[in-house]
Amino acid sequence: MPYVPHTPDEVREMLATIGVGSVEDLFAEITEDMRPQSFDVPEGLSEMEVLAKLEGMAAKNATDRISFLGAGFYDHYIPAAVDALTMRGEFYTAYTPYQPEASQGTLQAIFEYQTSVTRLLDMDCSNASVYDGGTALYEALMMAVRKTKRRKVVVSEALNPIYRVMLASYTSNLNIELVTVPHKNGKTDIEGIKAALDDTTAAVMVQNPNFFGSINDFTDLFAAAHEKKAVGIISCYPVLQTLLKTPGQMGADIAVAEGQSLGLPLSFGGPYLGIMTCTQNMVRQIPGRIVGRTQDKEGRTGYVLTLQAREQHIRRQKATSNICSNQSLCALRALVHMCALGEMGLKRAARLSVERAHLCAEKLTAIDGVEMLTDGPFGNEFAVTLPVNAFEIITRLTERGYVPGFPLGRYYEGLENGLLVACTEKTSEEQIGILTEMIKGALR
Amino acid sequence: MKTIFEQSVAGREGCWPCDGKAEETYIPKELLRDGEIGLPSAGELDVVRHFTKLSQRNFGVDGNFYPLGSCTMKYNPKFTEVVAAMPGFTRLHPVLPQLQGAGGLCQGALEVMHETERLLCEITGMHAYTLHPMAGAHGELTGVMLMAAYHKDKGNKKTKIIVPDSAHGTNPASAAIAGYEVVSIESRDGIVDPEALRAVLDDQVAGMMMTCPNTLGLFEKNLPEIVRMLREVDALLYYDGANLNAIMGKMRVGDAGFDIVHLNLHKTFATPHGGGGPGSGPVGVSKRVEPYLPISRVQKLEDGQFFLDYDYPKSIGYVAPFYGNFGVYLKAYAYILRLGGAGLTRATENAVLSANYMRKRLEDHFEIPYNRTCMHEFVASAVRQAEKGVHALDVAKALLDMGHHAPTIYFPLIVKECIMVEPTETENKATLDCFVDDLIAIAEMTDTDPETLQRAPVTLPVTRLDETLAARGMVLTEDMGK
Repeated sequence: MPYVPHTPDEVREMLATIGVGSVEDLFAEITEDMRPQSFDVPEGLSEMEVLAKLEGMAAKNATDRISFLGAGFYDHYIPAAVDALTMRGEFYTAYTPYQPEASQGTLQAIFEYQTSVTRLLDMDCSNASVYDGGTALYEALMMAVRKTKRRKVVVSEALNPIYRVMLASYTSNLNIELVTVPHKNGKTDIEGIKAALDDTTAAVMVQNPNFFGSINDFTDLFAAAHEKKAVGIISCYPVLQTLLKTPGQMGADIAVAEGQSLGLPLSFGGPYLGIMTCTQNMVRQIPGRIVGRTQDKEGRTGYVLTLQAREQHIRRQKATSNICSNQSLCALRALVHMCALGEMGLKRAARLSVERAHLCAEKLTAIDGVEMLTDGPFGNEFAVTLPVNAFEIITRLTERGYVPGFPLGRYYEGLENGLLVACTEKTSEEQIGILTEMIKGALR
Repeated sequence: MKTIFEQSVAGREGCWPCDGKAEETYIPKELLRDGEIGLPSAGELDVVRHFTKLSQRNFGVDGNFYPLGSCTMKYNPKFTEVVAAMPGFTRLHPVLPQLQGAGGLCQGALEVMHETERLLCEITGMHAYTLHPMAGAHGELTGVMLMAAYHKDKGNKKTKIIVPDSAHGTNPASAAIAGYEVVSIESRDGIVDPEALRAVLDDQVAGMMMTCPNTLGLFEKNLPEIVRMLREVDALLYYDGANLNAIMGKMRVGDAGFDIVHLNLHKTFATPHGGGGPGSGPVGVSKRVEPYLPISRVQKLEDGQFFLDYDYPKSIGYVAPFYGNFGVYLKAYAYILRLGGAGLTRATENAVLSANYMRKRLEDHFEIPYNRTCMHEFVASAVRQAEKGVHALDVAKALLDMGHHAPTIYFPLIVKECIMVEPTETENKATLDCFVDDLIAIAEMTDTDPETLQRAPVTLPVTRLDETLAARGMVLTEDMGK
């Protein structure tokens, strides 16, 4: 039997020390009426057999398709150093750093992660991460509600719909009103959002680039929010954030992001990384772990979990959040990824992704009947309208090895012909050429 | 040790080989970022050496015994990493099944989800599972949201959730965050007291959150009575799965009367914790709670095909963007396949055996507040040592110097100078004996040389760190406090 080292002799010795006759005696308190009615778990397999079974299951997934899917989750190149370093057992098999002297590796790495993401988003403070970009948005919303003691939150409809349904679920039992301001042909309706602000508004929530790929400057919007004493929350895309005007420059109070694109594989939806940053005056509202720099008794620099008085293990039902663990290993991956690429490398990945997307948009819109849904600047993702239902085109092309993008009709009524197309630095010019020919052929 | 930012040299290139056109070509200048970001400029070897050195400043299960009570830090077999790294899984885009008919492109992944849910049902005796919650505490929040949906659907007006004083802090936090008033009840003789429960139980109670065995390592033997009492007021019973490693094959929480359960896959099912996550916190439910489970749900058709079903009108909706931490529960799935039913039962038996063995060996040297048969962990107390100025904290730090990670200390809050030890089933007897011998040596040093204990640790990269300074100075990044 694997992973249990005790030999029969040792078991006998241990039982003798305890003073019981058998292992079963140790379970005497579980009376007959509490015993399992069945325990029909199959017999164990050898390591080789498990690997073969899982190989077979992995083979049933079509990962050979050339994909233009994005929708907030992107297939960027991950340097080999990321796997090599983060798989080290001392990182991988460690627990939450409750004994800081024995966890300086994890703690310093989180401190460096906090530094990296606050610099990338141009904010003051960061926590040690939360589950994913959607949870980060929800926690940001709750920070604003606590800070302002108001219950109304104005949300752009151009914010990722997957996150908007999460917000709706999480707030359904709470006395919080979500006001959604419709998009305008895929653009964030900044004036519409401003008009929805009033003295009961806790926060505005927008995304840059928005779900349709469109890039904005929300400086005016956040200024308008501040006039009403509301909190400005922005969700952004960390890779493009190397190029774009920062949340800090725009005057955001809280900036969050899905960190998957920083060194995490797509992996069918998880584990991902929720990046949360804020201005210094919000830091006591931020949930979860935070690492701080300090000194030991000899004056040496060291790191500890800090500001713990906000957390559930001390405050119990009065904690800022129930979030206990963070995504430490994912945060480490993001940090190593950013370090391995370096400032220039990450910018180059962003530039190349944007260049490929613009080439792709140019080629697709040259096809008769294919038009940009949204005018104006975009990054590595854009929305087009097709002369036919996008679901059908996707189905036909997917069968032939290409996933051309995401069907906007999945979440937006009236946009059934809309196709959301994403590129990264991994997308080749050749692939873009073939996609164009395939769509042309399918529309003929 | 210098941070990677302090080692950064402007102009030193990372590992990126190709370039794109300048951003101004496509994006107007007013939408662009000004100036440098401040990410490190370092060569690949600089980066590799930095993080290798950082890793060496960490204790992990691969290098050290980690007997953290309530955390179940067992050994994580290596083959599960091979599984999680299979390109057939890592390359799957999560929106793929939302494309028309494209469920056919990820049958393997959907099968993993379906099979994992089915196995967890069998192990815990629950009717159905969701894999969406991304950590144990996230599972708790999901569970409490399920309670709320159940009562709302039945027209019940409920405002309170009962949480014993021995519960993890996440329990009351989850209940409060979901909008409930938290009612705490005191334990008696280390377990839930039915009388204390009766005193607070009324129609307003939506449910109760329990850990069994509890955080003292004790089995809640009044469970059948507690289940009956809660049923009388239509309150649901929630099982915090942190301590499931103690009961696999011996008790199924569904059969015992629990309605909702979350599991911590990184604990019981040997998924590495990575210094704090990612975790995975699947939630199982009884039949009466099933209609409210989050969407999507994986279903198997008669022809053996799998698909994602979003059509559950009573569902609480989305608790995660997709299907939870797929890569994490994939490892748990592989682990369960490897051990099988008998292996899981044996894991439980040996975890309980090891804990009782250590408890017994320590009883003459430390106060054992509840010195009776324990489950997979037990609580000792340093009250005797504290009288001589050596506190649980000092004991913990001295253990670090001896190469062991410390047990959980000062939790649960109801035990003074608490030291909670959980050896797990994967440690051999020599390791258990070495740890016990070292603890006994510490107990003896309390009389002879308390100063050394109060100074510990001295063998690690840093000695005791000033937590007050950290909170007051608040240096959370390289740029703060400058």
